Amino acid sequence: MIELDSIERVFQVGDEEVHALKHVTLTIKKGEYLSIMGPSGSGKSTLLNILGLLDRPTSGTYRLDSIDTTSMGDNEQADTRRHRIGFVFQSYHLVPRLTAAENVALPLMLSGMAPKERQVIVEKALDNVDLLDRADHRPDQLSGGQRQRVAIARATIMQPTILLADEPTGNLDHVSGESVIEVLEALNKQGIILIVVTHDMEIGERATRRIRMVDGSISKDIS
Amino acid sequence: MQATDFIRLTLGSVFSQHLRSFLTALGIAVGVAAVVLLTSIGEGVHRFVLAEFSQFGTNILAVTPGKNTTFGMSGAVINTVRPLTMEDAEALKRIADVEAVVSVVQGNAEVEFGKRSRRTMIIGAGHAVPAVWQMDVKIGRFLPDDDPRNARAFAVLGSKMADELFGSRSLLGEIVRIASERFRVIGVMESKGTMLGFDLDDTLFIPAGRALEMFNREGVMEIDLLYRSTANVEQLEEQISRLMQARHGYEGFTIITQEEMLETLGSILDILTLAVGALGGISLLVGGVGILTIMSIAVNERTHEIGLLRALGTRRRQVLGLFLGEAVLLSATGGFAGLVIGAGGAALLGLAIPALPVHTPWYFVLLAELMAVVIGVIAGVAPARRAASLDPVEALRAE
Repeated sequence: MIELDSIERVFQVGDEEVHALKHVTLTIKKGEYLSIMGPSGSGKSTLLNILGLLDRPTSGTYRLDSIDTTSMGDNEQADTRRHRIGFVFQSYHLVPRLTAAENVALPLMLSGMAPKERQVIVEKALDNVDLLDRADHRPDQLSGGQRQRVAIARATIMQPTILLADEPTGNLDHVSGESVIEVLEALNKQGIILIVVTHDMEIGERATRRIRMVDGSISKDIS
Repeated sequence: MQATDFIRLTLGSVFSQHLRSFLTALGIAVGVAAVVLLTSIGEGVHRFVLAEFSQFGTNILAVTPGKNTTFGMSGAVINTVRPLTMEDAEALKRIADVEAVVSVVQGNAEVEFGKRSRRTMIIGAGHAVPAVWQMDVKIGRFLPDDDPRNARAFAVLGSKMADELFGSRSLLGEIVRIASERFRVIGVMESKGTMLGFDLDDTLFIPAGRALEMFNREGVMEIDLLYRSTANVEQLEEQISRLMQARHGYEGFTIITQEEMLETLGSILDILTLAVGALGGISLLVGGVGILTIMSIAVNERTHEIGLLRALGTRRRQVLGLFLGEAVLLSATGGFAGLVIGAGGAALLGLAIPALPVHTPWYFVLLAELMAVVIGVIAGVAPARRAASLDPVEALRAE
């Protein structure tokens, strides 16, 4: 469960203060499927970064599974990201010199799990995204859709509470985009909170709860 | 993160840029090779010189006239150094731990035999030379144990001297003229070679008392003592000092033990080795700059990856460790290659030029490798810190 309470984020740009988020209050329950839409500069990326603990709000509180994250230290936030939050990026962000399986295993590796234990989990995760036969391929040997599915397998390998997807289909054609969205929605059905930031109306409309942002505030919240 | 995963990740990123990594490691390799090679030569020279000096034995001690201190005033007050005499030598001989004593007087004189003549170094000494200086007689015998005040006019030739003057003729019992005085040849020394360019075989030994007269000197130049190897050198020095003070009334002499001399010489040579090592160290430093450059470039190129690692929950310290690990891996492998090249080069040099003394001490090798690793850490720390301090949002967004 996510609880945002009057979150503000102010950036200092030169002499000017830019209010990227203004008093954003939002509660997201377990298993919800959200889309966040809005024009460029409306604050949707900033909101996503704060939800993902990559950025800190200037004021306000953010509780994740009833734990206050705003008072956490740097290391604690890193640990929370590792265990509770999964990221899917528009440009996949796979490590080019690692194979698909190694990329998926990265979070397990960082948490100190032994290679033997990892293997089973990684294989299952790759199987879930239908890429078990591509386990030993490097990212440059995979198509865009396959790469994004590897990225999803990596994002969910730690069984996080939330999955944050930032324009997950932005670099994909319609068919691959469709298959990626289907994988994400299937994960949501298993209980994960899925938050998709997108420009694409068609994808945004698929979410059960649709949030529209304008000038750093939530202007519409339809479910 | 487990150690094996850490190593695999660093190895993977270093090997993925194999040419670049190779060249960077090569910079360190050249530096370490230079340090190892130069210190090998330095240490070789060190050992060579010490061996040259200790060929006369190590249980040897010299008493020379004059005190080795600088007085506040100019020489006006104490400027006449009381000479050491042969009687001093006789007295020193009676000290319990002293085995043998040689009084030394040196000078140059013309030596003639028949129509041949040769100017050479004349060493006035006593019968104990073979024992004290560890020299052997090849033919005949050395100077006899005569009364030093009235020694017979005998001469013993250095091997080169004998060759030059007599060729292959028999020489025992022949008369040579040294500075117009007549001496009977009673022996030839075994060849001793050169010491630091000075030919020890181009010499001639006569009794010290005769040499004093010949060169018109008041006192001997040096008294060399051979002491028992079991003797306590400090106590012995004190005994000598007391005896000499009693005889001379003041401290107008200096005692130098071979040990002290070797120590002084050793410390000078250590500085020499250190200096050439430092010269090699400069190239090691340049190698370090190479690592700094490459790691800075790597951090720039892999900004996305750093952002991703942070998003996946990697702590700053882990990011720091990964990049530092790469820098150390580069420097350590480069260093190891340099050790092999340097030590191999030194060995080859030793084979190719046998005259050049080369010795590779293992602790220098260890030190050089350690230095390479330290340089890796120092060069890697700034880029690694930059990687660790990147803002994850900025890093992920970077173009």
